[in-house]
Amino acid sequence: MENIKDTQWPIWEVFIQSQAGTPYKHAGSVHGSDKEIAMQNARDTYFRRNEGTSIWLVPTDCIVASNPDDAEMFFDPSNDKAYRHPTFYTMPEGALNI
Amino acid sequence: MKHQEALLTLTLRLGDNPLVLGHRLGEWCSKAPILEEDLALTNMALDMIGRAEVLLRYAALIEGKNHTEDDLAYKRGERKFYNHLIVEQPNGNFAFTIARQLYVSLYEFLYYSELMNSKDETLSAIAHKAIKEIKYHLKHASDWTIRLGDGTDERHHKMQEAINELWMFTGELFESDEVDEQMSELGIAPYPADLIGKWKTELIDILSEAKLSLPEESYMQTGSRNGIHTEYLGYILADMQYLQRAYPNAKW
Repeated sequence: MENIKDTQWPIWEVFIQSQAGTPYKHAGSVHGSDKEIAMQNARDTYFRRNEGTSIWLVPTDCIVASNPDDAEMFFDPSNDKAYRHPTFYTMPEGALNI
Repeated sequence: MKHQEALLTLTLRLGDNPLVLGHRLGEWCSKAPILEEDLALTNMALDMIGRAEVLLRYAALIEGKNHTEDDLAYKRGERKFYNHLIVEQPNGNFAFTIARQLYVSLYEFLYYSELMNSKDETLSAIAHKAIKEIKYHLKHASDWTIRLGDGTDERHHKMQEAINELWMFTGELFESDEVDEQMSELGIAPYPADLIGKWKTELIDILSEAKLSLPEESYMQTGSRNGIHTEYLGYILADMQYLQRAYPNAKW
């Protein structure tokens, strides 16, 4: 299948923080001719219903994504290593905040 | 002029501007140059309709005739509308819409910054809420003015053309009459004529960054303070008021 070229402006990935101190979550992407316009577009596209208080934008081509073909090699080896979860330890008495 | 009458006229003027401009911006829905801009323009339209709603509700209260904000929006005749002529001008191309927004938002920014200190508590509260939206509208319009003005030859040319063509509607923003005098003396609203200096200074800053020139002084259009409009308002109202005129008191 022929790739359909995006003829619009560069794409930016939008990350939003719902409240101060919480991690940024990926919300989606927007077009923007430069970072100011991209920021306005992100605001207008993803912040219409009180979704959050802060925005991060990253040019899509700056994101390094893992290749789906590598998934087996990358992720499967950790499938059967349950001992890596800290579930085999008994909590010492008196330790409250672990 | 009686206090109530002056306050009503002031509030209608303040309410009619965002009502009509909101309608104009809404016309961009599905037609903007890019999806994101479509959302931006219609978001602004909604900000304005929201502002018009609270202002016209307050106007209806001052009027004291048991009208609602909808009665004032949908059942008033053209000659009773007091919005500035600039907001009823057609959208034209994108540069034209941006130039209109720049002139209006810069004016509103200065006006509402002062309206926040109004001795009228309702107007002050409305201004506090509106100023945040207006700051964004101004940023949007000035960012675009700079990008188009300082862009390719074609962009620059279209932007300058829009700035020039709308210039004759800017004088009206600063017209001040008996109502404004009375309201500003009581500390209820700013005196529009006092805002022109700052408006021009800030406009020149934005235009020079955009490599655009300020139009030369020329004949300025006038009329809206007395309910006299350009041919365009009638079409907007026909569109907006059709349902209530054809089916009086129809409910949603």
